[in-house]
Amino acid sequence: MTIEIDNLRISFGDKQVVKGVSFNVANGASFGIVGESGSGKSTVLRAMAGLNNDWSGRIAFSGQDAPLKRPPAFFRKVQMVFQDPYGSLHPRQTIDRILSELPLVHGMDDIDARIAEVLSAVALPQTARFRYPHQLSGGQRQRVAIARALIAEPEVLLLDEPTSALDVSVQAEILNLLADLRAERNLTYVMVSHNLSVIAHLCTEVGVMIDGHMVEQVTAEDLRLGNVNHAHTRELRSLSVELEEPA
Amino acid sequence: MLVEIKNLHIGFESRTGFAPAVKGVSLTLGTEKLGIVGESGSGKSLTARALMKLLPKQTRIEADKLEFDGIDILSASEKQMRTIRGKRAGFILQDPKYSLNPVKTIGSQVAEAWRAHKGGSKRAALEAAVNLLEMVKIRDPKKVAASYPHEVSGGMGQRVMIAMMLAPDPELLIADEPTSALDATVQAEILRLIEELVSERGMGLLLISHDLPLVSHFCDRVAVMYSGRVMEELKASELLSAQHPYTRGLLNCMPSLIHPKERLPVLTRDPEWLK
Repeated sequence: MTIEIDNLRISFGDKQVVKGVSFNVANGASFGIVGESGSGKSTVLRAMAGLNNDWSGRIAFSGQDAPLKRPPAFFRKVQMVFQDPYGSLHPRQTIDRILSELPLVHGMDDIDARIAEVLSAVALPQTARFRYPHQLSGGQRQRVAIARALIAEPEVLLLDEPTSALDVSVQAEILNLLADLRAERNLTYVMVSHNLSVIAHLCTEVGVMIDGHMVEQVTAEDLRLGNVNHAHTRELRSLSVELEEPA
Repeated sequence: MLVEIKNLHIGFESRTGFAPAVKGVSLTLGTEKLGIVGESGSGKSLTARALMKLLPKQTRIEADKLEFDGIDILSASEKQMRTIRGKRAGFILQDPKYSLNPVKTIGSQVAEAWRAHKGGSKRAALEAAVNLLEMVKIRDPKKVAASYPHEVSGGMGQRVMIAMMLAPDPELLIADEPTSALDATVQAEILRLIEELVSERGMGLLLISHDLPLVSHFCDRVAVMYSGRVMEELKASELLSAQHPYTRGLLNCMPSLIHPKERLPVLTRDPEWLK
């Protein structure tokens, strides 16, 4: 599914937080958005997911403009994974209940088999099905959050800092899982993160945001080599490189 | 030695039995910068909290030696501990959002910390607070002193926490994940600030973090913890060439900007490490 974002503007009250952002994502590609807190990167993602109705500009999936009020079928195609696996799962519902919510709403059949299928897709044991979120580790919870998105059989996954609450060892497992799923299911990703190396690992193209503007779009390859133009991109890159180099 | 820990064991009594969390940790710290790294649940925060006796009642702590500047922490009374906490050893926590009082101005909170340890009039304390805020490189200290915690950014909030901890001139600073809630650019600024203040004042620093490269840049020595044990202790400059398979595994599984990897290696845990 291709994604086109054109001159997207989002305001909260009188304050404009996204000031004309445009980018395109090809079918099956993955696009990363980096920026500091408050740069508006998550706000862009939330508007794409239909979680914010106060935007202007154009958001189109597969060439079709997304209406302000999204039809239910939209949420079968586009799903979002949130940052905090502790906060995004209902603490009083079992994993089975959490995963069956979306198929029930959309009147899908064979829910039982679908749940079994997504659990194995994210490499969770079937025994996790009747546990509660607090009985799982952080990495397992993030797998549940990804499974919940996959059960809709989406074509686009919007990922909002999917690994920043996790240890590096668990982060590696989740990043590998996301890369595998994209290849297997021909998913299109838009991922937001403040970590440049995570973005460059998973995404082929990167947009850099500061203060509501997307100031630069580069390929991950150019980012690695340092072929960047904007001062903010250079600053973020040098910080990231500096930490990787031995002291 | 400022801190001496020998064979520290921490565990929790629970309904279902005894759960050990720290299993025989030994560390020493002088006026230097020691980093403790490890995954969540490896016992790094517990070790630091045990040193300040800040653990819940059902915790069982045992150690051959747990000393702060020659004072035995295990047998110290609450009263004795209060002369150490804050005054001689400052504790910076992860998220300023939860550590600052939301209904008091920043100035009054820093002033309170100053006055609790140094005494003096309220006005003198407030002046001292503005000076302290200036010392942690806040540009408009008067304005920030008059604002409430929700009115300042995360980085600013963390500077305020540092200012509060510095008020009584402590000998030791314990920083538990001081920057993991902050942006990369702000993170570097805060750590540089901590490093500067620590070396200027000749303090000891115990920096707890899950970020190996970060610690290697700002500390002299690093202890790597896993499952309640210290796997290895080495010079920070040698961290990136560490030998222990656990440390190596953690370093390898990080994505890198300059050395791209097709697939991230996953950490395989060897039960041998715990023997």
